[in-house]
Amino acid sequence: MALYDELGGAAAVDKAVDIFYRRMLGDERVARFFEGVDMDKQAAKQKAFLTMVMGGPHNYTGKDMRTAHAPLLSKGLNDTHVDVVIEHLGGVLKELGASDAQIAQVAALANSVRDDVLSRSKA
Amino acid sequence: MASLQCDGRSVEVGPGESLLEALLRAGVPLPHSCRVGACQSCLVKATAGTPPAEAQVGLRSSLAQQGYLLACLARPTTDLEISTDAAAGLTVPARVTSVVPLSADVIRVMLAPADAFPYRAGQYLTLLREDGLARSYSIANLPGSEHLELHVRVLPGGQMSQWLASGPIGASVSLRGPNGECFYGGGEPDAPLVLAGTGTGLAPLWGILNDALLAGHLGPIHVLHGARGPGGLYLVDELTRLATANGNVAYSACVLEGASDEMTQGALDDVLLKRFPNLAEHKVFLCGDPTLVQTMKRRAFLAGARLADIRSDAFVTAPPPQPTN
Repeated sequence: MALYDELGGAAAVDKAVDIFYRRMLGDERVARFFEGVDMDKQAAKQKAFLTMVMGGPHNYTGKDMRTAHAPLLSKGLNDTHVDVVIEHLGGVLKELGASDAQIAQVAALANSVRDDVLSRSKA
Repeated sequence: MASLQCDGRSVEVGPGESLLEALLRAGVPLPHSCRVGACQSCLVKATAGTPPAEAQVGLRSSLAQQGYLLACLARPTTDLEISTDAAAGLTVPARVTSVVPLSADVIRVMLAPADAFPYRAGQYLTLLREDGLARSYSIANLPGSEHLELHVRVLPGGQMSQWLASGPIGASVSLRGPNGECFYGGGEPDAPLVLAGTGTGLAPLWGILNDALLAGHLGPIHVLHGARGPGGLYLVDELTRLATANGNVAYSACVLEGASDEMTQGALDDVLLKRFPNLAEHKVFLCGDPTLVQTMKRRAFLAGARLADIRSDAFVTAPPPQPTN
């Protein structure tokens, strides 16, 4: 059973997005990347991403991820920021009751989009 | 390049140009105002071709299904045929029935629609003058009256607001809408509500407050109204009376300068967060100046409010008229 279903499906993801987004905005290492963005649109994108990494129904495309993050590269987006995202993702899932093994699985999935986020060709 | 037919004539859409810009350049007199998809006054209908999805954001699904789209948001990449007069049937004719001052620069405009105009208190409508000039205003009164109440800030050089301030009683106008998600949703009668806004952002908040009271809302309701100085506040007596008559209603007037004893001095977002450092259980309604609404939204969210519990309406001021050559 996917973590998505185990934690309660779409409603659980909504809750996860609230916690995740609040952590990101409150973290000075990454908060500046969210300046001036439409919060509702941003939350919708985060919902799609969290649904994907939690194994829920999704239509994730690496192209979207590249397009969305491309403007942030000139603001200095790099691997350390992806690490911050994965760190908070783990914290959020822990708060929602996921096990360490499940968190590691999600982190691996999140890691798999790293090259798309940073506009790198796959190694 | 995609070809565009408007009311039977061919119009060229330049690179990077919106459909609205192309139509205006071609001399098509399409009503328009905010240019960001909020006022919906540049509504057109696709009679052939598929409207770009991004040009239907925020439209009622019934309109989207019929092929309506917003010209300001459309950057067509495929062939399209559009009609500009199809949207005229979607407007409701109305008359201006009264104009009275509420403060130094805010007037109350009452309109009598000729047909039914269903809405939720807190939503906004787009007012079109006979010459096509269009502006959006929030509806301040509750449904069920024969009149619609608008609070209009009279801006220096404001084409619509100056005209309304001149008191055109009896003038014919058209109404389109309503739009907007910033209204009392009901459902949780015990939830604490926080209503914060600047200037005529009070109009939707006043509607939401009265809607909540009519619905028998039991939880505390706190209205915070911000203005530059005391002269920018209005409905002070009415809000004070409501707070006195209803044990669960509180009213705070906030000004940036010149506060008297019964006012709080400071920026509205600071006052809001100082009074409500933890908003985890609250439903928050934010209206008025777009920059401040965005700041308050972010701060309310960081103070624990769930995104789904923050409803906002950022007022976009129309750009000043283009100089004509």
